[in-house]
Amino acid sequence: MTDTTSVPIEILAEEMYQLVADCAGKKNLKPGDLTKEMIAKHGPACSKDDCKKALRILIDSSRCVYSYLGGTYIQLPPKPGSEI
Amino acid sequence: MANDSGEKPETKMLDELEKGPWPSFVKEIKSAGQTSASAQDLLRQLELSYQEKKGHWKHGGLVGVLGYGGGVIGRYSDAGDQFPKVAQFHTLRVNQPAGWFYTSDAIRTLCDIWERHGSGLTNMHGSTGDLILLGTGTAELEPTFQELAQAGFDLGGSGSAFRTPSCCVGMARCEWACYDAMKLCYDLTMAYQDEMHRPPFPYKFKVKCAACPNDCVAAIARADLSIIGTWKDEIQVDESAVNEYASAGLNLQKDVCDLCPSKCMAWDGHKLSIENHECVRCMHCINVMPKALRPGKERGAVIMIGGKAPIMQGALLSSVLVPFVPAEELMDTLKELIRRIWDFWDEYGNNRERVGELIQRVGLPVFLDGIGLDPVPEMVSAPRDNPYIYFQVAKDGEK
Repeated sequence: MTDTTSVPIEILAEEMYQLVADCAGKKNLKPGDLTKEMIAKHGPACSKDDCKKALRILIDSSRCVYSYLGGTYIQLPPKPGSEI
Repeated sequence: MANDSGEKPETKMLDELEKGPWPSFVKEIKSAGQTSASAQDLLRQLELSYQEKKGHWKHGGLVGVLGYGGGVIGRYSDAGDQFPKVAQFHTLRVNQPAGWFYTSDAIRTLCDIWERHGSGLTNMHGSTGDLILLGTGTAELEPTFQELAQAGFDLGGSGSAFRTPSCCVGMARCEWACYDAMKLCYDLTMAYQDEMHRPPFPYKFKVKCAACPNDCVAAIARADLSIIGTWKDEIQVDESAVNEYASAGLNLQKDVCDLCPSKCMAWDGHKLSIENHECVRCMHCINVMPKALRPGKERGAVIMIGGKAPIMQGALLSSVLVPFVPAEELMDTLKELIRRIWDFWDEYGNNRERVGELIQRVGLPVFLDGIGLDPVPEMVSAPRDNPYIYFQVAKDGEK
């Protein structure tokens, strides 16, 4: 039987953060990319709404920021003093 | 006072743009330059751009206000060492009230906030519909946002987000309004706050509400989802008023009937007859004879999809998705439809691909299947245009 217990939002947020950190400087990730990764990893235990909430945690805590590079992406915040 | 150096900008080439009887943005920036040093540097940089035939702006980056992914467009000068007051010159998009109605108090409040925190230059309104505040530094973004919020304003959408919906003045001022576009625009704005402030999509998604087929907000050309007012029954005709137009010298044959795109009208010198089932709701006759003709009584809107201006690919006009929705059912229908469209676009849309481009790529039948809509004849974008199918008037006795 498939385990359909939801993955806690905080765990999703942490996994999303790791993904963004791993891709920093190599690949720009859109919010949809993070959502698709999480759903692919957790299956029915993770919904689009859960991913939305997890992303909100990352943005509201300033661990990640939105950036605009032709479209909107999720990135790590700039290091203090760095020119954008 | 001029600027820090006290010198007025040399703007030999820009001065040419002040000549002539029409309004000049150069004149307005110069006026702002009397109190704003950044407006002066803006003139200097623009003059340099005209001399070099080269733009000096870079845009994008990481600027924004806490929690929001939209509403701020980062803008930097690549000549910041020469023009330090515009080295950072970010734009803020402020969500406009539906129909662009402001009290003079509200406008004063907005301008006061902007003179405290930015260049004082505004653009009312940008092509997005938002009120645009032009030019401020990164450090001023959050304080500006806080003051705007306290005054009851919020930022609009930018980036890969649900963009600030916009609408015509609708029932507030226009007798042709077939549904309450201002209310719908407001309701959509409130319903999709999260999608506006936290960009979740492959690319931008714009909704515009035009209350009649005159489409004063250019929804058909600019919006991914266009909601355009229309009617289902017959054009209302006041025959005595038609005759008054004719008596006053209007050439009904030449100026009305001959210009009807579907040739559904005939004028015999006394009576105007209309084949309503052939009418394509172009509004031409109603616009020419507003006292004699009116939209029908069974009013609502057509929902269209896929319009866009050219950025990544060429321009697209919207095409019909739902031919008619009664006015009172619009919001519920739209919510369900938008959910299905976003689900499909999220799943199959490429990065920076608008909905219209996705439909072109996968084909309308696949898209309709994906969102669970049945095809209907009104979805044919160019009816009677297929060279392999001939439409002929049936002869007597033929079915």
